[in-house]
Amino acid sequence: MADTKIPPAAPVGKREPSEPASRRRTRGRSRATAGSARMAALLVSPTLLVLTIVVLYPTLMALNESLYGTKGLDPETGFISATEPFVGLRNYADIFGEAGERFWNAFWNTTFFTVVTVALETLIGVAMALIMHKAFRGRGLVRAGILIPWAVPTAISGLLWRWIFNSDGIANALIGHQVLWTTEGFHAKVAVIVAEVWKTAPFIGLLVLAGLQVIPKEVYEAARIDGASPARQFWHITLPLVKPALLVAMLFRCMDALRMFDLPYILIGAQKHSVETLSMLAQNEASNVRFGPASAYSVLLFLYVFLVALAFVRLLGADLTGDVGAGGRKRKGSRIPALRRRTEVTT
Amino acid sequence: MTTLTTKWRSGLLYAGVIAVVAYCLAPFYWMLVSSLRPTTDIFDTSLFPSVVSFDNYRAVFDPAQGFGRALLNSLVVAGITTVLALLLATFTAYAMARLEFRCKRLILTLIIATSMFPVVSIVVPLLKLFTDIGWINTYQAMIVPSMSFALPLAVWNLTTFFRQMPDELEHAAMVDGCTRGQAFRKVIIPLAAPGIFTTAIITFIAAWNEFLIALSMTNKPGMQTAPVAISKFTGATTYETPFGSQMAAGVLVTVPLVVMVLVFQRRIVAGLTAGAAK
Repeated sequence: MADTKIPPAAPVGKREPSEPASRRRTRGRSRATAGSARMAALLVSPTLLVLTIVVLYPTLMALNESLYGTKGLDPETGFISATEPFVGLRNYADIFGEAGERFWNAFWNTTFFTVVTVALETLIGVAMALIMHKAFRGRGLVRAGILIPWAVPTAISGLLWRWIFNSDGIANALIGHQVLWTTEGFHAKVAVIVAEVWKTAPFIGLLVLAGLQVIPKEVYEAARIDGASPARQFWHITLPLVKPALLVAMLFRCMDALRMFDLPYILIGAQKHSVETLSMLAQNEASNVRFGPASAYSVLLFLYVFLVALAFVRLLGADLTGDVGAGGRKRKGSRIPALRRRTEVTT
Repeated sequence: MTTLTTKWRSGLLYAGVIAVVAYCLAPFYWMLVSSLRPTTDIFDTSLFPSVVSFDNYRAVFDPAQGFGRALLNSLVVAGITTVLALLLATFTAYAMARLEFRCKRLILTLIIATSMFPVVSIVVPLLKLFTDIGWINTYQAMIVPSMSFALPLAVWNLTTFFRQMPDELEHAAMVDGCTRGQAFRKVIIPLAAPGIFTTAIITFIAAWNEFLIALSMTNKPGMQTAPVAISKFTGATTYETPFGSQMAAGVLVTVPLVVMVLVFQRRIVAGLTAGAAK
């Protein structure tokens, strides 16, 4: 998203070689793509149509719905209304009033969970990746093991951790004293964070490992000859080179954490003040047929997610689309893919 | 001296490897062990069950729980979602990887952005819409919203797979007289089959694990998917959570995925990391 600027649709078939180097396509491809625009439209439009129906249309519906109140007693006329009254922006304005307490609580819970879990996952994930990268024997076993938390459905992991955090469960047996983890309070937040980090840190580890594996050995050899200590090698070579992979992984984790629902819902329960997230709040309002406020909350969550994603892409330069339209892997250029990508992002 | 430090290092490394594996497997192992304990010593905290019992598994398939039906529902919803997403995504991903057209980057960015979308933002309006048109407790009410995350996921994965295949394949086929459509059907699809298969697994797992949509769109026990049904398992009394049978059901829902993951781990890792590292 950093550079969604489209290169001026070069006349297909005769592309000038004077294009900026970062956008150069592989030569010899142009002929094959002649007249491909119509075919592309044909191939892409079904997907766009489906996404319009299942994403764009509901989003617009939510925007519209957020301007309506709930059925029931009309506060102005005193009549019971059968339809939802139009209230304008009141659902949004209410957030700053008395009803806003629950919203802001959910907002801070969501933010807290996101910041803490993503930070912990990144630390643990990078550590896992470094271990796996160095280990030669048993790598297959580790890789299989690391996929298991990812494969366990979040709902099931919620149940599993509720069992672990049960008052007579293994967690209390291990720490040796009784904590009522799944009751309201800060410990409930801790339980959610532990369960979430368990499930998702291996995912970051996997993505970072993939980033580590494309770093050529020669770079480290050169650094060692120059006398760089392992710590300096990590800080000045490993980290900058895995940064693109790590940023994409963190972006995905953030987006996922911001919409967290299953885990606190199952592990602690619905309508629990200490763990209620924005997704839980919106879902709860909707299931109580209060569609207006529910829609307003979901619109606000959407905006929040959008802003965080934008911040990632703009400030940190996370690049999602990678080499779109740039001829794939075999492009000539820097030998270090990550470096090449970094220069692309900054252009 | 040097051999000693290398020994120390490899020892430390193995300790690290063991720590990673333990971290990943211990909670899962606990689920498995707990599911195999007889109901009477469910609160036992020994590492191995003293008596192995399948009581919990029998309790899961007690007709009153309706778990068999829930598994079937999950299979139908996740299966249809995967097939539809793959069908549409194969064509779109091919265009994204191979054809040049206007706004390609923008379109791909938009499609990927959709996959990061908070699901609740579409569940709320769709819940109202589906209530109005009587779709609550139907498969389509779960499949349609699931497309919102399954389709972008499939497009993204497949685009990366298609991009890794050399252009020369189609060029050769087209030089030999194939049209682009024939080259796609006869050359690309068979060669991309592993990639398509991996994408199918990843999409299926995502759809199988979905909870929020299934929870919101159903209120009849007979239409719930397995994760929702398990979360609503009831014990003999309201105050007693049937942890044993929940763990057993959790194992049953997870084991097919774990087996798939173990069999296809290499490909799944390639698929998952495709987007992040090029």
